[in-house]
Amino acid sequence: MTARRKRLLLLLLGLALLATATALVLQAFQKNLVFFYTPSQVLAQEAPQGRSFRIGGLVEAGSLQRGGDGLDNRFVVTDQSQRLSVHYHGLLPDLFREGRGVVAQGRIDREGHFEAEQVLAKHDENYMPPEAAAALRQASALPDPSTEAAP
Amino acid sequence: MTVELAHLALMLALSLALVQAVLPIWGASRQDAGQRERALSLAVPVAVAQSACVTLAFAGLLFALGENDFSLRYVAEHSNRRLPLPFRLSAAWAGHEGSLLLWLQMLALWTLALARWGRSLPAPMRARVIAVLGMVSAGFISFTLLNSDPFERLAQVPPDGRDLNPLLQDPGMIFHPPLLYMGYVGFSVAFAFAVAALLDREFDPAWARWSRPWTLAAWSFLTLGIFLGSFWAYYELGWGGWWFWDAVENASFMPWLVGTALIHSLAVSDKRGGFRHWTLLLAMACFSLSLLGTFLVRSGVLSSVHAFASDPQRGLYILALLTLAIGASLALFAWRAPRLAAIPAFSWLSRESLLLLNNLFLLVSAATILLGTLYPMLLEALHLGSISVGPPYFETVFVPLMAPLLTLAAAAPFTTWRQTAPARLWLQLRWPLLAALGLGLLLSLSTLHSMQAALGLCLGLWVLLGTLWHAGHALKPGPGASLLQAWHRTPRATVGMWTAHLGLAVFVLGVSLVRTLEYSQDLRLNVGRSATVGDYQFRLAGLTRRDGPNYLAARADIEVRPARDPQAKPVLLHPEKRFFPVQAMPMTEAGIDRGFSRDLYVSLAELGADQSWGMRIQVKPFMSWLWCGVLLMALGGFVAAADRRLRLAGRTQACAQQAQGLPLALSPQGARA
Repeated sequence: MTARRKRLLLLLLGLALLATATALVLQAFQKNLVFFYTPSQVLAQEAPQGRSFRIGGLVEAGSLQRGGDGLDNRFVVTDQSQRLSVHYHGLLPDLFREGRGVVAQGRIDREGHFEAEQVLAKHDENYMPPEAAAALRQASALPDPSTEAAP
Repeated sequence: MTVELAHLALMLALSLALVQAVLPIWGASRQDAGQRERALSLAVPVAVAQSACVTLAFAGLLFALGENDFSLRYVAEHSNRRLPLPFRLSAAWAGHEGSLLLWLQMLALWTLALARWGRSLPAPMRARVIAVLGMVSAGFISFTLLNSDPFERLAQVPPDGRDLNPLLQDPGMIFHPPLLYMGYVGFSVAFAFAVAALLDREFDPAWARWSRPWTLAAWSFLTLGIFLGSFWAYYELGWGGWWFWDAVENASFMPWLVGTALIHSLAVSDKRGGFRHWTLLLAMACFSLSLLGTFLVRSGVLSSVHAFASDPQRGLYILALLTLAIGASLALFAWRAPRLAAIPAFSWLSRESLLLLNNLFLLVSAATILLGTLYPMLLEALHLGSISVGPPYFETVFVPLMAPLLTLAAAAPFTTWRQTAPARLWLQLRWPLLAALGLGLLLSLSTLHSMQAALGLCLGLWVLLGTLWHAGHALKPGPGASLLQAWHRTPRATVGMWTAHLGLAVFVLGVSLVRTLEYSQDLRLNVGRSATVGDYQFRLAGLTRRDGPNYLAARADIEVRPARDPQAKPVLLHPEKRFFPVQAMPMTEAGIDRGFSRDLYVSLAELGADQSWGMRIQVKPFMSWLWCGVLLMALGGFVAAADRRLRLAGRTQACAQQAQGLPLALSPQGARA
């Protein structure tokens, strides 16, 4: 084999590796994108069934109920126009408060409730998760909430 | 008054930086020897003066924070009288303006280091490197002065400050940002070397050797910085998580991956004169990613703990700086690169080819992370919807890319430059290979029952045993050479490589074990009650009130005993729930018992109506291995950076040519990296 042909072979091998990696990456990317919906969109059946997605909005005041072992949490997330009931088993984050912004990731169960796998509330009192702010803006309940982030 | 002086010093620094950026390059291109000499001899003094001015400005901000000068907007927004002094000082990098000043301070430190330890470089080269650093410095100082002035006074002085975010009131805050920035900014030195080499009409191939120790040091600092961030998140933020594939973490991880590729390809450029174009491009990519990281974190496009309140102008300025740096350096590259010599030929199995593969895998993984990080922002910016890319994406992609990389890491040191006979490589590697496969499969199939753990263990053991095998061969006392002599003959760069590769192995083993064996449970406990989680029994023995200087806190005493032996002497954990009145913010301080083979981890959630505390209990086997592994990697980088051959590189150019001719085979007399 000449040196030239060897180099060509090496190049082809590299390209093949690169192509495999790209295919792998794009496939994983497709599978793991998490889309975001507002409660209004979820209730309008726009959210996917059987796939995990994110919702955001405010935790409705007075809606938090704790079940049996104190780890079963039920609350309502609202964009001031539609209400979506959420169930989460586990510990709520430090800054989870009624009347404050929240983002949850999970899926819709058969009865149309949102079963959360993860609840996120950010680290600053002034801070509203951008997704939650967007949900409220979309429902045009707030003109333009401050999206100031924590240091 | 001090503050005004500091402000003045920063303005002075800007003018000095402009001189530093222009004068040496102009000087180096002069034909007239006297003129040239004078201009070049001014480069270092100007750079030192510029760095001193930046240091004065930074000291001014520290002074204002220490003195509680709330007439400064920055101090009023990030500090408080009751905040302990170390945290008041570390508030210097808690906000946008201050952290830019920290960036500049780190650049000043690197510039001073170059002035002090760069004497062995040829004068025109050093002057050009200093000039490029001057350009970077000028860009950042003007940004600071024009639109993020930390020395802005308030018209009305508030009686007290708004306090530092409670999350940041932690020793991690004192060390993590400076070290991380030391690494980020250090890559601007690697960048400066690349640009300086291109600016030179007679491209000097020795630039790779000169650049190596600086790049290695920057890489090691970045490793330490990332380590501290992750370590801090583990005990403070993360409820036991240590890496979240958060955009800011990714922003520091991408330059790390490309930097890792760079230190490996620099070795080829240094030893063989190969990969020259490639190495230059990598150095530029590395610096661009560091700038991108700064942009991502500072511009406020990200929502995370690291994002500061900010206006879009700032993001635009950094973006402009980024475009300028990338554009100008690529243009220079396109103009000058065709003059570089061709790559010396090498066979499909050689150290060059394996290092090329190493670079390929590292770059592809950096690219996949870039995709996952930037794509959601792009969609958001174009109003095409809001998505997030979660950890599952990064994990599915990253692991298959790392597996071949780890396979190479153990094998590459055994290969020789230019050409290696496959049969010979097999003969040298069969024992560690068989041992790693056997031991890994045995362990994982007998006790762990997981394919992923099997893969991780085999790879980790392979790198561990392969590296030890290599070190053992190199240090084997032969006839007429004792172990001590063999050790003295081994270059520090090789010792650094061993240390870093061992660190990588320990890290991989730790990650595989903790991911397979960890378990966690959320539960509620009343005082005096206990719960069994896995192999351990956790008892909430008591609760005490423990207020700090600026917070109120409840501290739980938790006794942990092995479930099988309830009479054993307990391990005590003290998780806390803190409340910070100034910012009305609760905080969770985890109680952790670290051990060689497991971490016990308890974090308190909230007090329930029935006086029970919600808590998350986690058992994390071999967590410490992960940290040790990363520390070893950083140590390896520092050891290699301190290699005498590299430091004296400028004086002994002859040895570069000498090394090129030598076939570097692995022999009992010692392997050379």
